[in-house]
Amino acid sequence: MNNPLYQKNIISIADLSRPDLELILETAHSLKQTPQPTLLNNKVIASCFFEASTRTRLSFETAVQRLGGSVIGFDSGGNTSLAQKGETLADSVKVISSYADAFFMRHPQEGAARLASEFTSVPVINGGDGSNQHPTQTLLDLFTIYETQARLDNLNIAFVGDLKYGRTVHSLAQALSLFNCNFYFISPEALAMPDYIIEELTERNINFSLHTSIEEVVDELDVLYMTRVQKERFDETEYQHMKSAFLLNASMLNNVKDNLKVLHPLPRIDEINQDVDSTPYAYYFQQAQNGVFARQALLALLLTNHFQAKP
Amino acid sequence: MQKKLQVEAIEQGSVIDHIPAQQGVKILKFFKFTQTNEKITIGLNLATQSGESKDLIKIENTFFNDKQANQLALFAPHATINQIKDFKVVNKFKVRLPSSFIGVLSCPNSNCISHNEPVQSRFYVKQKQTLKLKCHYCEKSFERATFDELD
Repeated sequence: MNNPLYQKNIISIADLSRPDLELILETAHSLKQTPQPTLLNNKVIASCFFEASTRTRLSFETAVQRLGGSVIGFDSGGNTSLAQKGETLADSVKVISSYADAFFMRHPQEGAARLASEFTSVPVINGGDGSNQHPTQTLLDLFTIYETQARLDNLNIAFVGDLKYGRTVHSLAQALSLFNCNFYFISPEALAMPDYIIEELTERNINFSLHTSIEEVVDELDVLYMTRVQKERFDETEYQHMKSAFLLNASMLNNVKDNLKVLHPLPRIDEINQDVDSTPYAYYFQQAQNGVFARQALLALLLTNHFQAKP
Repeated sequence: MQKKLQVEAIEQGSVIDHIPAQQGVKILKFFKFTQTNEKITIGLNLATQSGESKDLIKIENTFFNDKQANQLALFAPHATINQIKDFKVVNKFKVRLPSSFIGVLSCPNSNCISHNEPVQSRFYVKQKQTLKLKCHYCEKSFERATFDELD
């Protein structure tokens, strides 16, 4: 059976339909249960990081190798012809992609992955373009929610922290809006969800509410998605005054639902106290590990037309 | 009430009417009408029945194609274009906002990849009331007033 993502680009989460997302999640689940160590034998994948990244790059390159493929590429843009000789990204992509079967990239400028996809005939996977999109993070978040809740529909999901600048929470909220979830946005007023996301959710009749502390809603939640309120966005006094409302510790989880899972895109600093790690609700390290399976799922679907996910 | 002819009639060409005040000069510049030898008459801040001011452009021996008419919507979303032959209006139509603008505007996001690569800028109309456009590349949306036109 043909799969609809074969040879497609993964640039923006908004390009993916609900059936596309479900196919990716089922495939990730199948690959986690049943490894496919030879699926990408003889495939070469370019891993091009024009901007440095640790988790995304290691997770992606692990995904390639776990499927039996090989990786070429670089881990920061500084030593490339693009940086040193002024080559355009378009030319770089044309050449590198002619060596490879797929092109995974991170770039500091918004729109770089979309542009790259217009200059190559192999699938491009966006590993982050400036402040714009990071769809593979969203896919691993969705997979983790699906894995822990056994569904994506009708969940109570809170997003905490920097909701204004965090592309992770924007993309995840957009993707989950296809699944009729209830959203709770918990942030300082200065870091509230941007208007364009609020407008999109309103247009889709999604239920959401705004809050100023985790404790207001934590007992109702299925998923608590934490991000960091960055100290540098506030003056010291203001930060000290408001920060406690956006920090999580184990004592706040005494009356929560059994199925609650706490997620975080990592790295965390102090927004999740380490005493949460040993509770049954902590799932952020498994979430990071799921990045490998979500990225394996994309590679399997983009590069093989015949791969069948096992339920 | 005494009627006054505000702008001289033309024999053949186009009359662009219902241009919001302050946009007339921008339209002349954008379509490079300032570099033509054709006779142009321009009216700025003309009175309208509603009491608001408008600009108006008459240009001889020049007719707008569909693409230009659509581009005109960037400056004057409610403009009408009158085609004149032998001093008579032979065709009159309103500009229509196209669904996208290619190679016309520069992305207001200075970190957008479209600025320094061999591609044409491309924007999709996201909202018609208070025109808002979304960049094909960086996916950010901006109100029309934020944009600069490309040379």
